[in-house]
Amino acid sequence: MSSTTQPLPHYVRPFASGRTWYPNWFGGLHGSERSWAIAFFLPYAAVFLAFIVYPVVYGIWLGSDPELYAELFVQPRYLTTVVNTLLLVGVGVNVKMFLAFLLSGFFVIPNRWIKALLVLYMLPWALPALPAFLSLHWMLIGYGGFLNSALETWFDIDGPIWFNSYPLAMGANILAYIWKWMPFWTLVFVAGRMAIPQEIYEAAAVDGATGIRRFTYVTFPLLANLYLICTLLSTLWTVGDFTTAYFVSSGAPALQTETLATFGFRMAFDQGYPRLGIAAVMVTLPLLIPLTILLMRRVQATEVQL
Amino acid sequence: MSLALSRFRMRRGLTRVAGTMLGVALAIWTLVPVYNMLLIALSEDGDEFTGTVWPSDPSFESFEVIWTEGYWYLENFWHQFGNSCIIGLAVMALTVLVGSLASFGMGRMRLRKAWLLGNVSLLTYAVPASFLVIPFTRLMHLYGLTDSLWSVIAAEVAFAAPYAILIFHQYGKLIPLELDDAARVDGATPFQVYWRIYLPLMAPALAVVATYALLLAWNEYLYQYLLLSSRRSMTVAVAINQFFDSDEAPWNYMMAVAIVYSIPPVAVYYGLRRYMVAGLTMGGVKG
Repeated sequence: MSSTTQPLPHYVRPFASGRTWYPNWFGGLHGSERSWAIAFFLPYAAVFLAFIVYPVVYGIWLGSDPELYAELFVQPRYLTTVVNTLLLVGVGVNVKMFLAFLLSGFFVIPNRWIKALLVLYMLPWALPALPAFLSLHWMLIGYGGFLNSALETWFDIDGPIWFNSYPLAMGANILAYIWKWMPFWTLVFVAGRMAIPQEIYEAAAVDGATGIRRFTYVTFPLLANLYLICTLLSTLWTVGDFTTAYFVSSGAPALQTETLATFGFRMAFDQGYPRLGIAAVMVTLPLLIPLTILLMRRVQATEVQL
Repeated sequence: MSLALSRFRMRRGLTRVAGTMLGVALAIWTLVPVYNMLLIALSEDGDEFTGTVWPSDPSFESFEVIWTEGYWYLENFWHQFGNSCIIGLAVMALTVLVGSLASFGMGRMRLRKAWLLGNVSLLTYAVPASFLVIPFTRLMHLYGLTDSLWSVIAAEVAFAAPYAILIFHQYGKLIPLELDDAARVDGATPFQVYWRIYLPLMAPALAVVATYALLLAWNEYLYQYLLLSSRRSMTVAVAINQFFDSDEAPWNYMMAVAIVYSIPPVAVYYGLRRYMVAGLTMGGVKG
């Protein structure tokens, strides 16, 4: 299509040769086909431009003053929030994905009880975040919270005041995050495992790959790309996570467990300094953009090899 | 022989015990926070925690209060519940519609650079939603959507759509293009192909995306809190958190609200559950 040997009149070329100065988005389509393709994209393009591109450009403009960043780094709590966000993403996301991957192996075992358990296990994902996290908050509250009451009643242990200690409060946030989101990714991996044709396993078993070897040489390589895509998506979604830190620990003790999103929120809306709030979260862009590019490449890789 | 057999039996027995233990541990892990919700909601006196592990004197008073809107924090409860439902259903329907149209255009129209469009949509996730909310609140004035449910719906659709497109695109590859060609030869327009062939065959992926979008809307708090300020446009998520503003904190009402608020997404999830595994099968496995 694109390689016409016959020289064409200059005014025909952009259409006939398919080579133009602009990226040829609708290459290969003509006339009504092209209009149809545009029509199919139009709704999403409108949403994307109006509610993503425009706010992003506006936000970057608002947060473009370099002095904001100098101001940001002298904020007493700012570096703690960066560390907390890294902990939530680094520990929370990775532990969650790894456990989800292992558990997906448990849930594909063909057994009536395990099938029933999967239905129950998905409940945290179906529960809205806010009620679930509020319940976890009340569960861990020092006096009369369910966890400490249970520890005292059954084991005669005097439980700690969870939200008075930084490691315990941070741990509670991370565990709450894992509790809420692990089921969804487990289901994704269950779907991934079920899509592996049984013949592959049979062939591998003939070659002696069973048990742990089957996992390392067959299952994992086949699911590695899916695992990477899911981890990248989850990382991107978690960096700006607001609900976990805001509702589980509420920043306790003394705003030490805030994340970037709750910090930015507090700056923008409680202290009336939106530009600083934007700058607080914008700091993550140098991390998120390469991750997004990596995600795009991995998604495309599945396309090419299919 | 019998030694080998008994060893085999022992190993099978051990596996079964380990599996049961794992199952019990998972069930406890999953259910404790849910149980805690019920425990608080059923307690009669909400101001303080009694430190009991069982509901000593279970009372359904808090649910009655919600039903009759009989507490001043709850006087608009069913209206707010309606708002949450409108947002949830609109986000669900629009995400499915917008996402499936775009992925049809991307996967079925034989565009040469189709993957670029998918990539552009994924760029959305380079920007955390909590970053975008600040310029977003200002832009909504410009769009004339201040205090309108549509502002929240638009934001949530914009965030759900890229994942929807990803899922649809991956699932769509399982449907042979020849089907489209056959329909086109018979004189179907691209829209008819989309409506009559593409959508029905995509049913499992549609169920996944619909559930995902609904849960996204139901999980979301920040945009609803910042964009919907008046009492009439408020959603349940925002209303629940208002309990924290009060000194006399009836926590049993709060948890009862939380339970009622959880019912719709749980019901939708369990209704669409059987499609989920099929719909989530991403092409990634073969990659």
